[in-house]
Amino acid sequence: MNRSDAGSTGPAIVAHELTRRFGDFTAVDAISFTVQSGEVFGFLGANGAGKTTAIRMFTGLLAPTSGSASVAGFDVATESDRVRERIGYMSQRFSLYEDLTVRENIRLYGGIYGLDAATIRERSDVMLAELDFTPSVTSLVRSLPLGWKQKLAFSVALLHQPVVVFLDEPTGGVDPITRRQFWEMIYRAAARGTTVFVTTHYLDEAEYCDRLSIMVDGRLAALGTPAALKREYDVPSLDDVFVRLVRGPVADAG
Amino acid sequence: MNTTPTHRTAPSSWRTLGAFMGKEVRHLLRDRQTLLILLLLPLAQLLLFGFAVRTDIRAVRVLVVAPEPDATTSALQDRFAHSGRFELLPTTSSIDSLDVLMRRGMVDVAVVLEPGLASALRSGGTPQVLVVADGSDPNTGTTMRTYATAVVRDWQQSLGAAPASARIEPRLRMRFNPTLESVNLFVPGLIALILTMVTSLMTAISLAREKERGTFELLLVSPLRPWQIIVGKVLPYLGLAMANVITVLLAARMVFDVPMRGSAVLLLSSATLFSLVGLALGVLIAAVTSSQLAAMLAALGGTMLPNVMLSGLIFPVASMPAPMQVVSHLVPARWFIEIARGIMLKGSGLELLWPPLTILAAMLLVLLTLAIRRTSPRLA
Repeated sequence: MNRSDAGSTGPAIVAHELTRRFGDFTAVDAISFTVQSGEVFGFLGANGAGKTTAIRMFTGLLAPTSGSASVAGFDVATESDRVRERIGYMSQRFSLYEDLTVRENIRLYGGIYGLDAATIRERSDVMLAELDFTPSVTSLVRSLPLGWKQKLAFSVALLHQPVVVFLDEPTGGVDPITRRQFWEMIYRAAARGTTVFVTTHYLDEAEYCDRLSIMVDGRLAALGTPAALKREYDVPSLDDVFVRLVRGPVADAG
Repeated sequence: MNTTPTHRTAPSSWRTLGAFMGKEVRHLLRDRQTLLILLLLPLAQLLLFGFAVRTDIRAVRVLVVAPEPDATTSALQDRFAHSGRFELLPTTSSIDSLDVLMRRGMVDVAVVLEPGLASALRSGGTPQVLVVADGSDPNTGTTMRTYATAVVRDWQQSLGAAPASARIEPRLRMRFNPTLESVNLFVPGLIALILTMVTSLMTAISLAREKERGTFELLLVSPLRPWQIIVGKVLPYLGLAMANVITVLLAARMVFDVPMRGSAVLLLSSATLFSLVGLALGVLIAAVTSSQLAAMLAALGGTMLPNVMLSGLIFPVASMPAPMQVVSHLVPARWFIEIARGIMLKGSGLELLWPPLTILAAMLLVLLTLAIRRTSPRLA
């Protein structure tokens, strides 16, 4: 896919000593990493490790206390308007409007990203065909099964063809088959050049990422490909890597 | 998918705003029940205020106690019977039952005459007349006593009592609302009440709902600017509010003959200004609360209550204790009611109403600035 700006050459996300404090509490503690364009980057951590705070800074919802970050080539603190035009976002909470129809939701999100009606129609036809979307587009989102809602929310987040898409625990509460389909969608997006930044609880999902980072208490404790991480800690699975990092080496002494 | 290059120009702010506003309108139209309530409730309130809540008093039950009924006393009874405000009870000759009747609420006002009244008059004396009113509701009691005293005084004069040779007799007239129709006074206040409900309460709830469901984050992450979110939220409700004002005004005119002495255009413009103040307040409330319930309670307590209690809608500002009068200056409805009563009842124009209009405009400016600031993603 040919993008007219930011993307093909420069990194999609750069974090440099990125820090966020809330009073005395340091939620994100000087994290630094680079995500290449087109990468599927996993962002792991226990609850409260600072994942959501980090995502909120990358998406311009929260200002960094210190350090810096850029997304799609623009600084998140000083150029957040330009960042916002170039990213897609799917939050933990299901975030389509339940009292609007599928089509109305698509039109709304296309519209607020500045797409004209013809483009929205064209892209949503392709999108629904790829999704193999069987329910009617005139049905209320409220009436769809959760799996469809999640897949639809993801597709809608991609409608404006963002440079980076942030997925905050996108597969929470859906069945294994839908999760599988969801990851196929993630790969499809990455193959088209969209960088995917995804947080998850499921370590089997983490295996699907090109690279992943594990946050512990606001710090970046590990970063690498799944294979490299397992090698580094000399354990057979990412589960073990995770447990070792989160619980510390003592718990795993035997 | 699409293989043509994506030219990333900043999204046109009008298209963005249009898409967002279209969604708000759909929300409003989809929830038929709420929409129906919002359209009909104001009319129900108008009828309620117009028919039930009256500060002018009718059908006062009056008992004339005449120990010696004669032509003179029946002249008084006639006057009561024909005054239009009184319901004359069968005259008694003794005061004994009066206490019981009043306690039971069967008598509102009693006029007690002296024995030998007619002869006292003829001999040039000044007979005493006692007017007793049920004072359990002081306002109503005072009003009833005033009405009854007026009838008694007219009657005394017709009898030629108190023949003071050169008396100055005051003629009283109530201007702007000569028949003292309380509905005339209530309609402007009612409009303020309805506008507050539709604007502050509904926007606060609708924005808080987005925060609660997580859709608000999506809006903040999108290229929508805070002002676009606010304008898009607010305009559909402004439309609804104006529809309410117009239906209430038309109904008030048709059902209660409420006057419109000044410019209807000026009134609608003022109502728009007042609505915008309410909408900005609603946005602000939603920005500082985190659930629908909290937003609803805050809107009720923070806007509805002061707009009802401290605006002069029910209790006149002039009769409030001094600190409350000061507080009432901060209540937007106080200024709107002043404007609406001025336009509707007195036919006032911009030359008289510019001070309250300026105050409302200043309130809007402050609230809007705060609302935009609080909606900015960095502070969310």
